[in-house]
Amino acid sequence: MATIGPGIFHSVISEDEGDNEIDLPVFLLDRRPVTNREFLQFIDTNPEWSRDHVIRLFADTGYLSHWISATELGPDVDAEQPLTHVSWFSATAYCEAKGARLPRWYEWEFAAAADVTRADARDDPIWRQQILNWYATPGGRSLAPIAQRAANFYGVYDLHGLVWEWVEDYNALLVAADSREQGGADKVRFCGAGALSMERKENYAILMRIAMLNSLEAAYTTRNLGFRCAADVLEGA
Amino acid sequence: MNTHRLQAIAFTLVLSICASARASDLPETSIYHLDVEITDQRGTVQSLDAFRGHPVVFSMFYATCPNVCPVLISTIQMMERKLSPDELSKLRVILVSMDPENDTPQVLNQVAAKHGIDTDRWKLTRAAPQDVRKIAAVLGVKYRKLPDGEFNHTSVLTLVDGDGVVQVKSAKLPGIDDAFLRAIKEHI
Repeated sequence: MATIGPGIFHSVISEDEGDNEIDLPVFLLDRRPVTNREFLQFIDTNPEWSRDHVIRLFADTGYLSHWISATELGPDVDAEQPLTHVSWFSATAYCEAKGARLPRWYEWEFAAAADVTRADARDDPIWRQQILNWYATPGGRSLAPIAQRAANFYGVYDLHGLVWEWVEDYNALLVAADSREQGGADKVRFCGAGALSMERKENYAILMRIAMLNSLEAAYTTRNLGFRCAADVLEGA
Repeated sequence: MNTHRLQAIAFTLVLSICASARASDLPETSIYHLDVEITDQRGTVQSLDAFRGHPVVFSMFYATCPNVCPVLISTIQMMERKLSPDELSKLRVILVSMDPENDTPQVLNQVAAKHGIDTDRWKLTRAAPQDVRKIAAVLGVKYRKLPDGEFNHTSVLTLVDGDGVVQVKSAKLPGIDDAFLRAIKEHI
């Protein structure tokens, strides 16, 4: 894993009115997304997470549906492609089995702000355009293997350009800053995307990712949503 | 191989079959498949299915929440007053704190006392932080901690049947959601 942070940065999510400065502790992040091969190995020792045995509460019917069987990838699936068709629960179980966890949104956003040479390249319109070009690419083609492009500033591959990724707090992103604790009938409920408070709106690619994550339920799987793991840096280590 | 050894193997087989039967006789969508521990206001540690066999209203809250959470608690209590004594005796309520750092059993016990909560039928609980996120995931609750220690969160009541299968959800607060109340009566 790559060691990233600590650092202070401005998230696209506003924590409070006008204040979006995040003081992020140091953390570890997988350099690569989890691949088909790695997840198949996980299922070998954790058969309850095979598509034949998984409980429906934890994964929808699309779970690992691109593999030819519950225990084989088949000829059309590259072992080194990023794993997709994976739910939040199953991704969480994989990381926990490694003594890790999913990255939190701020960790992911912090790491993904870097390009090849800079820790935070988000103010560079050329870099932003490169990311947007990927989102504009039709999604029908087969996924490329991992780590084919240059690693970023931290030595981390494929944060952009390959797949979407689960984060631990996927269900914490679009809670509006003004939705809390007011008394009115409309306001005590979470108001959804309409009440979203977002900063740095020029960072459209990251906002799209947040909107996508916010639309998910924990059992959902899709063909372009994968994950990688993260971990805390232990005190004194 | 002697007879004793065979008996021992047979006994072990029966035991393991019984152990797996307990989980597998739950419907696939039961939230009781979630392997988490909750600690209630008495300090009792249990699994999420502590009230299995009863219809249970689940929701999430935190103790220092100034407005929404008291409204959430009083809304459930208002619905309870619409039930007959017999109906009421069968209903259970489990609230899970989204603030496990601060909501110790003592704090949860104070909340219960302050709101006159019937702790034979209600549990105010905390769980490990990673488990709170999982419980929120099965209940469809969104929450985020803010720098000032408060939380942004959705207020959702979820009714599960005796097997832990979600029957109906309500985000209508404050005030009684008639459809939710009807569903409670149907599942008692």
